[in-house]
Amino acid sequence: METLLSIEDLAIDFDQGKRFVRALHGVSLTVARGEVLGVVGESGCGKSITWLAALGLLGSRARISGSVQLNGQEIAGAPENDLAGLRGGRIAMIFQDPSSSLNPVHRIGRQIVEALKLHRGMTGASADAEAARLLDRVGIANATRRLREYPHEMSGGMNQRIMIAMALAGEPDLLIADEPTTALDATIQAQILDLLTELRRDSGMALVLISHDLGVVADMSDRVAVMYGGRVIEEADTGSLFDSPAHPYTKGLIAALPDIDGPRRRLESIPGTVPAPDRLPPGCSFAPRCAIASKICDARMPAFLPYGESQSHFAACVKCRDEKPAESARLSGNKHVLVPA
Amino acid sequence: MSALLQAKDLKRHYEVHIPEGLFGRKASLKAVDGVSFSIEKGRTLGLVGESGCGKSTTAKLVLGLIPATAGTVEFAGTRVTARHDAQWRAMRRRMQMIYQDPLGALDRRLPVITQIAEPFEIHNPEMLAAERTERSALLMESVGLRPDMAMRYPHELSGGQRQRVVIARALALEPDLLVCDEPVSALDVSIQAQVLNLLDDLRERTGFAALFISHDLKVVRQMSDRVAVMYLGRIVESGLPEEVFRRPQHPYTKALVSAIPTPARRGKRERIVLEGDPPSPVDVPSGCSFHTRCPIAQASCRNEVPQLVTSGGHAVACHLVNAGAAPAAQAAE
Amino acid sequence: MVQYLLMKIFRALVTVTLIVSAAFVVLRLSGDPAIIILGPEAPPEAFEAFRRNWGLDQPIWVQYFKYFVAVAQGDLGNSMRDGRSALVVVGERIPLTLAITLPALFIKLAIGLPAGVVAALYRNTWVDRLIMMLSVAGFTVPSFVLGLVLAMIFAVWLGWLPSGGSDTWAHAVLPTVTMGLVGAAVIARFTRSAMLEVLGQPYIRTASAKGLLWRNVVRSHALPNAAIPTLTIIGFLVGSLVAGAVVVESVFSWPGVGRLLVNAVANRDLAVVQVILLLVGLTMVGANLAVDILYGIVDPRLRIKRLQAGS
Ligand SMILES: Nc1ncnc2c1ncn2[C@@H]1O[C@H](COP(=O)(O)OP(=O)(O)OP(=O)(O)O)[C@@H](O)[C@H]1O
Ligand SMILES: Nc1ncnc2c1ncn2[C@@H]1O[C@H](COP(=O)(O)OP(=O)(O)O)[C@@H](O)[C@H]1O
Ligand code: SF4
Ligand code: SF4
Ligand SMILES: [Mg+2]
Ligand SMILES: [Mg+2]
Repeated sequence: METLLSIEDLAIDFDQGKRFVRALHGVSLTVARGEVLGVVGESGCGKSITWLAALGLLGSRARISGSVQLNGQEIAGAPENDLAGLRGGRIAMIFQDPSSSLNPVHRIGRQIVEALKLHRGMTGASADAEAARLLDRVGIANATRRLREYPHEMSGGMNQRIMIAMALAGEPDLLIADEPTTALDATIQAQILDLLTELRRDSGMALVLISHDLGVVADMSDRVAVMYGGRVIEEADTGSLFDSPAHPYTKGLIAALPDIDGPRRRLESIPGTVPAPDRLPPGCSFAPRCAIASKICDARMPAFLPYGESQSHFAACVKCRDEKPAESARLSGNKHVLVPA
Repeated sequence: MSALLQAKDLKRHYEVHIPEGLFGRKASLKAVDGVSFSIEKGRTLGLVGESGCGKSTTAKLVLGLIPATAGTVEFAGTRVTARHDAQWRAMRRRMQMIYQDPLGALDRRLPVITQIAEPFEIHNPEMLAAERTERSALLMESVGLRPDMAMRYPHELSGGQRQRVVIARALALEPDLLVCDEPVSALDVSIQAQVLNLLDDLRERTGFAALFISHDLKVVRQMSDRVAVMYLGRIVESGLPEEVFRRPQHPYTKALVSAIPTPARRGKRERIVLEGDPPSPVDVPSGCSFHTRCPIAQASCRNEVPQLVTSGGHAVACHLVNAGAAPAAQAAE
Repeated sequence: MVQYLLMKIFRALVTVTLIVSAAFVVLRLSGDPAIIILGPEAPPEAFEAFRRNWGLDQPIWVQYFKYFVAVAQGDLGNSMRDGRSALVVVGERIPLTLAITLPALFIKLAIGLPAGVVAALYRNTWVDRLIMMLSVAGFTVPSFVLGLVLAMIFAVWLGWLPSGGSDTWAHAVLPTVTMGLVGAAVIARFTRSAMLEVLGQPYIRTASAKGLLWRNVVRSHALPNAAIPTLTIIGFLVGSLVAGAVVVESVFSWPGVGRLLVNAVANRDLAVVQVILLLVGLTMVGANLAVDILYGIVDPRLRIKRLQAGS
């Protein structure tokens, strides 16, 4: 598949006044044209900043190194003018809290038209008509009237639809959705996920879906990257990742999740907590919480290597290569026991 | 068997001012609108529903933190009122609460051990300082906090550890009932599992009953002996978790259950997607309040409020289901 | 909304009444205007005549009651000093005060707003630190000290400007600049924090993510939002146009309302003090109302929802 965006060895340090703290430690990820990449991990693991940095949206307090290529063209460190042209055009982004992500003092219409003008040079009546069409496209009734309303007159779900309409304005090749449903209720989450699936089917745009919810990611993605402590620690096709997770952290996450189907079982919790970015252990950053950690884990951060037969499953753990994939599937819990009706 | 906690037809309406027209208008916001349930000793009732459906209000009504507009709550045979007299305080010792935001529930100027010992000071002032310290230390141990954390301040602990402090404090007086309002919603998955397991173990050990509130069906199923599903201030379905979540009857529960994405369901899910947003509790639709979003609503649903009808321990408030006319119950797969 | 405004006006009137009453009591109990105005050596008959003339021989609550009845009838009383209507005495000073406070307001806004915005945009750089250092200096130094320092430099040492009086426009320069600088410091600080708050909002990130250049993000997304809280402080400044110059007028002997107030208090010239207090109260109330109405206009969240057909 043709690579659309590739991130190579991206590292981010934040200026904390007296010193720099590294929040991202060399992340490499690719997104192919039209695919859905799920990014999952607990809060603070670097999901958001990876993509904000790729778009140059992190601000001056972040020091960024590494390479970001769009269609083979380097965009990391590109001049602000060039980056601004890409943002909202080739690559659009939507965020977690839709209601505060829209400007409270501008009408919905103005905010969408702004994007249309930037990326498609539309103004006046044609821009208004297109904005109404986009609202209609994301399932908002009475589009023309809604254009004259303000974000506070809408529910969270409607505002997220508006954010999506705004993202579609530039006809992007890639949409980065950072926890698009985290702030929404279950039934509204279902609506938004459906909408994203439908839009993708129609336009063929690629989607990066960032979430801390394993279920959402499993449901939507072709491929999944699991992050921990500012690194990608496992990456695989969605099927292999959930059927035969390799990394102890991924297994832990899956086992820690209560299920809605199947028999009730005691949850397997991961002991301890995520270490602070400035207090990572020397070797594998998961070692302090890992049940099978041993001395070799402390030596250095394990390399990100292929796992099992598949050439598309990677994990960063020194132990998971010793153990067979079949066995790890068993460890991942009994989630496949479906209960007959 | 007499229940430990019995809520009967609880209502809580708020007078609100709607900024509409020149002067605005007054309206009644029906946060909780006729909720009945009971919790037996040592059992857990799970309460689920979308935001704004009245879960937290129900919790506050149960504890008598706010007065009810109508209805009654009885705890161990005694009326719980919102008059905070000696009787209420004595009852409050036996009913404790855990909130979603542990940082907000703790005093950031006091070390955590002091806060865990606080209930002893309030409800048992004669207790010797030495005994207080010892009991607090035991509590910390039982919730999995290391002794060296005793003198830390809340902001020096992680979210999961803070929630443990809150749990330890709530359990100090060995309550008979623990009301948990979204206790793990602010926590990460791995920490959430720790806290859920902890609550499970403590319940096993001390035998408290619980009202467990969450918007997350998976979490509620994990923790509850019975569950109740709320929509716009009313319970629309209740029963055993296996029944309610595996064979949901009410169209709302069906949609809710079908909408949960899980790794195991990936790819083979038939999502029932409801249209629109839940209506505002100020403008509760007439008849069945779900009729504006219900995929199988009929004309009669607009006029008559469906009653919660129990059959075999499974209660549903839907005209079609109760008339036996709803499409056959489907298993969640 | 109308109800809300009426409520606000009512509350403001209550406040003004309370202030006026308090002033009445304090001024009456703290000294005898007869002695102050006529001088302690005046003959006893003169005192008596003066007191009878001004009603000072009656019990204080009768005086108080009479005063309010008169005010309600539109009679604000006469100055005890020269017997002219207090309204006229105060009225003729107003233009003089506005002559320095209006240009000072302009200086405050013209320096304070941009300085605050720039400091926020260049947060934690030397630009920000410099502006904030000046700002802190500006409002920790009392205005009479700043006034005296400026007078020292420009009047005493350099001899460019007069240090006191009101004969030419040059006399207005030092008091205006003193007030302007102090006010600019306050506005800069306030604007900076309003702007920082806005720059941290998610919708700013959205604006960047949609492809706007930073300067356009600032112009069309950050500034309109930061303007909303800034309105409050501008309203306050407008409200103090009449009475905000007490200290500066005294320092530079500028014969405005502020200096009149100081003298009237010293003389226990009650009617004049009361007129000034009423004036201050009413401008404050007026400015406050204007801010409220403006809020409703610039912030759609506070705008009244018109009755809409259907939904
Ligand atoms: N601008 C910032 N400066 C400093 N720390 C930040 C900043 N933005 C985020 N953080 C920190 O990064 C961590 C993760 O923040 P983020 O907002 O991405 O949370 P999240 O993953 O979306 O969390 P959740 O899943 O709970 O919503 C938090 O510890 C937060 O305090
Ligand atoms: N502006 C910032 N300044 C300092 N640290 C930051 C900033 N933004 C994010 N971080 C840190 O970077 C790490 C990754 O953050 P983020 O990508 O937001 O996490 P998430 O995976 O939850 O999206 C976290 O440890 C966070 O504290
Ligand atoms: S490298 Fe070691 S510590 Fe890290 S995940 Fe693998 S086994 Fe655990
Ligand atoms: S009563 Fe009617 S509207 Fe309500 S849930 Fe049943 S079918 Fe739907
Ligand atoms: Mg995030
Ligand atoms: Mg709640």
